[in-house]
Amino acid sequence: MNKLNFLSPDKNNLYAYLYSGISLFSLSILLVFLNSFFSLDLTSFLPGTISYFLPLIIGFIGLHLIRIEYSGIKFLDIVNKNINTNKFNALLSLLIIFAVIKSIPPLLSWFIIDANFAGDSKDACSGSGACWAYIKTWFNRFMYGMYPNAEQWRINLSFIALAFLGGVGFFATEKFKKYLTLYYVVIYPIIAFLFIFFFISGGPIFFDFSYGIIAAVISIIIGFFIPSKFKMYYFLIIPITIYILLKYVFFYEELIELGKIQAFEWVETGAWGGLSLTFIVSFFCLIFCFPVGLFLSLGRRSDLPIIKYISIGFIEFWRGVPLITVLFMSSVMFPMFLPEDMFIDKLVRVIIAISLFEAAYVAEVIRGGLQALPRGQYDAAKSLGMGYWKMHIFVILPQALKLVIPGIANTFLALVKDTPLIFVVGLLEIVGMLNLAKTNPEWLGFAMEGYVFASIVFFIICYAMSKYSYNLEQKYKTER
Amino acid sequence: MNFKKILPQLLTLVVVILVFGFFSYNAQVNMENRGITFGYGFLSQESSFDVQFSLIEYDGSHSYFRAYLVGLLNTILVSVIGIVFATIIGVVVGIARLSSNYLIERTAAIYVEFFRNIPLLLQIFFWYFAALRALPLPEKAEPIFGVFFLTIKGFFVPAFIWNNLDIFIYSVIAAIIAIVFVRLYAKKKQENQGIQTPVLLISIGLLFILPLLSFLLGGVNASIEIPVIEQLSQTSFTYKGGLKLPPELISLALALSLYTATFIAECVRAGVQGVSKGQKEAAASIGLTPNQVLKLVVMPQALRIIIPPTTNQYLNLTKNSSLAAAIAYPDLVLVFAGTALMQTGRAIEIVSITMLTYLTLSITISIFMNWYNKKIAIKEK
Repeated sequence: MNKLNFLSPDKNNLYAYLYSGISLFSLSILLVFLNSFFSLDLTSFLPGTISYFLPLIIGFIGLHLIRIEYSGIKFLDIVNKNINTNKFNALLSLLIIFAVIKSIPPLLSWFIIDANFAGDSKDACSGSGACWAYIKTWFNRFMYGMYPNAEQWRINLSFIALAFLGGVGFFATEKFKKYLTLYYVVIYPIIAFLFIFFFISGGPIFFDFSYGIIAAVISIIIGFFIPSKFKMYYFLIIPITIYILLKYVFFYEELIELGKIQAFEWVETGAWGGLSLTFIVSFFCLIFCFPVGLFLSLGRRSDLPIIKYISIGFIEFWRGVPLITVLFMSSVMFPMFLPEDMFIDKLVRVIIAISLFEAAYVAEVIRGGLQALPRGQYDAAKSLGMGYWKMHIFVILPQALKLVIPGIANTFLALVKDTPLIFVVGLLEIVGMLNLAKTNPEWLGFAMEGYVFASIVFFIICYAMSKYSYNLEQKYKTER
Repeated sequence: MNFKKILPQLLTLVVVILVFGFFSYNAQVNMENRGITFGYGFLSQESSFDVQFSLIEYDGSHSYFRAYLVGLLNTILVSVIGIVFATIIGVVVGIARLSSNYLIERTAAIYVEFFRNIPLLLQIFFWYFAALRALPLPEKAEPIFGVFFLTIKGFFVPAFIWNNLDIFIYSVIAAIIAIVFVRLYAKKKQENQGIQTPVLLISIGLLFILPLLSFLLGGVNASIEIPVIEQLSQTSFTYKGGLKLPPELISLALALSLYTATFIAECVRAGVQGVSKGQKEAAASIGLTPNQVLKLVVMPQALRIIIPPTTNQYLNLTKNSSLAAAIAYPDLVLVFAGTALMQTGRAIEIVSITMLTYLTLSITISIFMNWYNKKIAIKEK
């Protein structure tokens, strides 16, 4: 029989070390557990400091005793390898375990046990825990802002419809797959805009933008019959011509009457708010910033000097300034740059500002992907006789974009997280609404609940987005 | 040069010129209508507004330019504090994410996932409106170590009262220059003779001895002023003496560093993981000790990967510090693009100066980064 040497446990007396170690470790956990859940202090007879550090010391000795390499017991080996490799790690592991045990009861009591769920006024919240009644009462405002209650179904309906239309891509058959890009880049944004304009905003049936849509539809239909050699020039000239013809020559007088008909009650953008506004702003910025960024990145790598330097200047300008000053610019400086009678809605200005800002970041991310492609790809495409656009559309961009999915996802995440900044121009999305609700005299003192609620909401959105981008990255990963 | 190359460039140029022309024409018309003349002369006018927290002497009788400086210094202050803490937290968390200890790795991962998926503005609001509001009133504050007072009105810390502060600063600068020379000398010696010099010890020594000399010989002396509670009125108390860090500064610095640290942690992790295992094995096989492997082989290579994205994060932090405007910390945006703009109504001038300031900052740093990247890039034969 070997002697027990507690300073260096070995395999010979495995079970002696194991039982003593585990019992000491369990004892330490039990002490902390009792202390934190039932505020029982079993070691109160000891002097204060020793009593305070006792669980740590006991646990540390316990972990030391079970630190036996290659013991042959599977579970023990896993524990040792993962949380108990050396003294320092054992100490850190213990601290983390204790911290978790210590923090559970206060969190639990704040979130659930002492929290108030029922009621619809401040008086209902008497406990020391969270006041979820506050969130419940204000929930509508946090979601829809100042949008009239009776009209909120319009937002819901639009969002459901848009989500459904956005999901079309998953169900498309092989035959329609090739039109998906066109659908997502051109048609879907237009449909989305129309939904927002007619439904959520309650705009008139006919307005300037309708001419544009009609012009676009007509020119696309005619475009099918134009030989591909002239297509570029055709699409540069014809839509604008049709637009001008429609607006100023043909039906001007008759349609102006139509323009006064509104299907729904007009809700001005100042009343929009809450989470739905976060979604609207993020959605349009996402849609706009990607193509702009794509063209900027191509421009920056172009060998045409004027285009190259304009792109560089544009990108570096937007990347160099904080978003908040850009929003300041859009709200106080931009109106100075427009003719006196021209008025652009606050929300539209904000969406343009954020889109241009994020486009610069997207451009840099895509440039990274373009640079990462080997020269051979360009040479091969050129040797097949492809022109600039053909080469980029069919060879370069599909590969480059695949490479930069994580980067683009990060930029999009940053965009979603930047939307609360629109409070600068007086638009109140969910964080702005929280600050408004916080100052309501009937509901003072519930800032914490509001911020926790918004944090959870944003965390879910952003975390889901990052996981989705990770899946996308895995899906399109190709071995090189 | 053929037609196909010139046409798109010409078109772009024409469009850009048209847009700029349209904007500047309208601006001119609008300003004429409102009777404003464009110019930066207002900067020397008396500002007649007060700023809550300022590093330099400032009150309403100073000029708008002085107000700009106050804002700029406050921005720099919070950025520097944020950068220091973000680096410390980020490096620790980044290393923790590489730990073999499952619990540590998970804790670090949860921290990173949590803090970077919540908007920074929300975090600033959380610290300012929710967390710091739970602090005690000045008269009920428990002193920390007897001299620090963390209260709802701010963090009161002891202040140094300096005599001949400039001599002390010169001595610190001299020490830093001396350290640079020692390092250069040590590197040369190592390359020529293969002898290592204990640079770190010498550096620490220099950093202590020279300022100490300034105390002994240069007539520098410092005394410590401890904050003392003072009654303003029946119910209102505050602390007098010492240094007051306003809650706006604390919550902003806290939010900025906790948020940016998550990104720095990811940079650090990527950097250390980016050094191939073969490098470590090769270094060990030629007989370097684990510390030498880390210092001479792993860190130089990891730093090459870590530093560029981390500088980007510093830049982001500086730009994000403009969110200060949301909680009324008097930074450049709030003081200049906020209050000064409201008072003078000179939107174009003020917004352009503000943007130009940030732009200068960013472009300087990115030029420096490009230079640095070129310098440290592996020179392939």
